[in-house]
Amino acid sequence: MKAIITVVGQDQVGIVATVANELAHLNINIVDISQTLMDHNFTMMLSGEWDDHQLSFADAKTALDALGEQSGLTIRIQRQALFDAIQKL
Amino acid sequence: MESRSILETIQMVAEENLDIRTITMGISLFDCIDSDGAKARQKIYDKITTSARDLVKVADQIQTEYGVPIINKRIAVTPIALIAAASGDTDYVAYAQTMEQAAVALGVDLIGGFSALVQKGYQSGDRKLIASIPQALAETSRVCSSVNVGSTRAGINLDAVGEMGHIIKQIAAKDPVNCMSLVVFANAVDDNPFMAGAFHGVGEADRVINVGISGPGVVKRALEQVRGQSIDVVSEQIKKTAFKVTRMGQFVGSIAAKRLKVPFGIVDLSLAPTPNEGDSVAEILEEIGLESVGAPGTTAALALLNDAVKKGGVMACEHVGGLSGAFIPVSEDAEMIRAVEAGRLGIEKLEAMTAVCSVGLDMIAVPGDTTAATISGMIADEAAIGMINNKTTAVRVIPATGQQVGDSIEFGGLFGRAPIMAVNPSQPTAFVQRGGHIPAPIHSFKN
Repeated sequence: MKAIITVVGQDQVGIVATVANELAHLNINIVDISQTLMDHNFTMMLSGEWDDHQLSFADAKTALDALGEQSGLTIRIQRQALFDAIQKL
Repeated sequence: MESRSILETIQMVAEENLDIRTITMGISLFDCIDSDGAKARQKIYDKITTSARDLVKVADQIQTEYGVPIINKRIAVTPIALIAAASGDTDYVAYAQTMEQAAVALGVDLIGGFSALVQKGYQSGDRKLIASIPQALAETSRVCSSVNVGSTRAGINLDAVGEMGHIIKQIAAKDPVNCMSLVVFANAVDDNPFMAGAFHGVGEADRVINVGISGPGVVKRALEQVRGQSIDVVSEQIKKTAFKVTRMGQFVGSIAAKRLKVPFGIVDLSLAPTPNEGDSVAEILEEIGLESVGAPGTTAALALLNDAVKKGGVMACEHVGGLSGAFIPVSEDAEMIRAVEAGRLGIEKLEAMTAVCSVGLDMIAVPGDTTAATISGMIADEAAIGMINNKTTAVRVIPATGQQVGDSIEFGGLFGRAPIMAVNPSQPTAFVQRGGHIPAPIHSFKN
């Protein structure tokens, strides 16, 4: 399964590490990554891929929601097909 | 990974209220017809609850996985006047109760199709159904009713127009809020996913998934970026935005249809407002350059908006259908409410606006002492606009029992609050009482 993970929040040391750690723990492979600061807001986008026999989308979402809450970040995970459908002909 | 596109999509959902307004499953009830009413109702219950068993589950899954809010899950069935006619039942309230039970069992928000199609005349089931509407709406909370009283091909059934004025008054006498569950149409469409007017047309497949999209806030935000530029640029900007919004509808609808193993019908390209701030069609019109919705120029701006939405959306999906256009329900649009309360928007201007957009005089509260004849006159005017312009029009008015201009009536949730609007007091009584049939217009003879 392929999904886009976006992370938004107040800039602080170690955000990339925190999120990447959790993804490694979930066995989600990072295919692409980009990050920037927008108005002092840290914004990161990741394209992740994993074996859906081992991890359901709902479980991945639950884990990332919990991480977001713990670390004060807004973490969204959405299946990639949506973006392709809206933005590409 | 195209970060800009991803951010834009997320922003459309998170900040601009883009959502899938409804996934509506249309279900044919023709195979439930039975001369024994109780058996018919059992078949109806079984068919609806079996066909749509996974509707809510699948919609929730899609919402979680793709991060797109799906606001309503709904059912539309074949007009009950056609299904119940074969039974010996003398009133059809029990059919509405069956629909309600099925809706509750499935967890869907609303179920439409307590309907009759009388544009050319009444069959026996139509009379019984229409007479049952006040009681049916009083005893249910999720059932929606509609009556088609005219069409471009058939003309306008003035007898039915007259009767519906009385029916609306009867509903209001029990509880004015129930009036929001009844729409009186001209040129009603078979594949409309929006309530209260959805029913499953007689020419439709056994089951079908139709999707209604929303997103006035997205269009408004896009237009903020082209302030001061020519109206051609405005039109282009709306088209581009409508394309993206509609793609989401096409995408979600096709996934839902696949998971439910039901054919995908249409995307309804509508801009449907909600009372939430920033989710208003009136604000789009004001962004185009009107001081307030209702100002001279409103009809022209709305015509452009409506047309550009369709042009942008048509290429984005396989099949377009339903009502497809900008909705102007007063109570569901915060900026419309403000304009009415400030005296800048009246029923006459709204009527003019309905000639260039979908759907009609929608969610409009009128004083409690408005007569049945006046309501019939409003229905006749809207039906005439629909008939002559070859478009769907509708009336969903709420006579607010015991209330006057200056008061307002609360509906709650997505349905908002409606200020009571002034109605022209001169009476069309003798016109309505003539009864009979307004002939189809000359341009309907196309063969």
